Amino acid sequence: MDLLSDLFLAKAAFIGIVFAITLGIAAYSTYFERKIAAFMQDRIGPDRAGPFGILQPLADAVKMFMKEDFIPANSNKWLFIAGPCLSMLTALMTSAVVPFGDTVTIGGVTFDLQGIDVNIGILWVFGIVSLGVYGILIGGWASNNKYSLLGAIRAASQNISYELAMGLAIIAILLFTGSLSTKAIVEGQQNGHWNIFYQPLGFIIFLICAFAECNRTPFDLPECETELIGGYHTEYSSMKLGFYLFAEYINMFISGAVMATLYFGGYDYPGIDFVTAQFGNNIAVFVGMGALIGKALLFVFVFMWVRWTLPRFRYDQLMGLGWAGLIPLSMYNVVVTAFGILIGKPFTAGIVGVVLLILGLLIHDQLFVKKKIA
Amino acid sequence: MKLSNRTKVMEQGEMTLAERMYLPAIVGGMATTLKHFFSKPVTIRYPEQKRYLGPIFRGQHILKKDEQGAERCTACGLCAVACPAEAISMVAAERIPGEEKLYREEKYAKVYEVNMLRCIFCGLCEEACPKEAIFLRHDTMVPVFNSRDEVIYGKDKLVEKMDQRYLRDGWK
Repeated sequence: MDLLSDLFLAKAAFIGIVFAITLGIAAYSTYFERKIAAFMQDRIGPDRAGPFGILQPLADAVKMFMKEDFIPANSNKWLFIAGPCLSMLTALMTSAVVPFGDTVTIGGVTFDLQGIDVNIGILWVFGIVSLGVYGILIGGWASNNKYSLLGAIRAASQNISYELAMGLAIIAILLFTGSLSTKAIVEGQQNGHWNIFYQPLGFIIFLICAFAECNRTPFDLPECETELIGGYHTEYSSMKLGFYLFAEYINMFISGAVMATLYFGGYDYPGIDFVTAQFGNNIAVFVGMGALIGKALLFVFVFMWVRWTLPRFRYDQLMGLGWAGLIPLSMYNVVVTAFGILIGKPFTAGIVGVVLLILGLLIHDQLFVKKKIA
Repeated sequence: MKLSNRTKVMEQGEMTLAERMYLPAIVGGMATTLKHFFSKPVTIRYPEQKRYLGPIFRGQHILKKDEQGAERCTACGLCAVACPAEAISMVAAERIPGEEKLYREEKYAKVYEVNMLRCIFCGLCEEACPKEAIFLRHDTMVPVFNSRDEVIYGKDKLVEKMDQRYLRDGWK
């Protein structure tokens, strides 16, 4: 490939912008996490650094860099350093296949607002998310601390368990699209045919799995303070700890973007034809990019909202929910979706599937479950 | 036959379907937090905003003057005796002719010191005072100090200024 072609430069600029947006949003997620927590607890939250505390992430970053960068004596030094780097790397890599917008033409160059449009886009997401476990696992193992190791093992087993249900939820989406390309998935949802309407059950499964994959409450057992001190990052300090925390927020934003892509029509928004007719294609596409980021941020809010509402699961509850709850549920979802596509009425099939499921559970409940006495 | 027949049987069976699915409880909980998200915070931004602490809050000491501007304290020492933390010390002096405007009675406190590190703001000095001379004011707190020589408050800081007299709720 010609390194100085216009397309290459345009793509490079776009990837740089996506990186900047991702990092900026991740930085400000820490601020909004604290603000939202405060509002939900009838407090004000950080308001000292700058107006409304808007400079708080900057102050936090300065603090993180100033802290002593401590490496435990008996740790595996290189892996100890590699852990947070890997976490950060994998967190940032996922955004490559998220389609931020349709095709734009700027200065005679026509290109997609997407890092790379590979035809295995969603598999790429899965591969990178699975790799993300290594960051935690390596960091926890290299710390030479039993609490870190326990946290890391928990993270690994939790991620593996929930990836299954997540994958099965996505298979139902792939049945619709017939393609693994994220771009194709989004294009199949244009003009309001969002997958959420056809896949309500699949979306709930995917959402729950996304919580587990991001190690967020109620599934934040890898860093369960009451049991594991700090979990996999017990021994970490300074910016290496910062990287782990930062990677978590990046993952939140990216998983929000992936959920928007898979279920909420990606860069589709109501009135896209009107905007195209009034202001031209480029403006419409950039508004679409804003719509996608807005949807992703909405999910980030939901992540935080849940965090400050729900307590943590017990470990056996976590495993029970994953293996005995979500995996059968997602298999059922795949069967229902396939049946709906077979008879040519996916929307009806989705609704009927949910109704049948609830009815079946109710009947099972009436017949086989011992009732409370009082 | 139990005593009151109001005993509740607390034996638990299986959870109901709604309970086992977690989702209704989760939605209910999230509704609660969202309600609080939009409710008014109860925080008082302390150094900028101050809360009214009530008419009998025991803050910084003040040595009252009477309406003519003469100090009420006669250095009887009852406050120092009453003080459980032994924070108060004083040196008495006799009023000389010509000082009637300054001191109400023949004896007065030449030196009156409260050690703010010792003071526990119990208000016993206020209760012991027969001349209604010392009070713990309800509207001012002792400010933060950074060195030990700021700690002992002498008459310069304690005696009431006539241009900004201290009035408690209920006084005329």
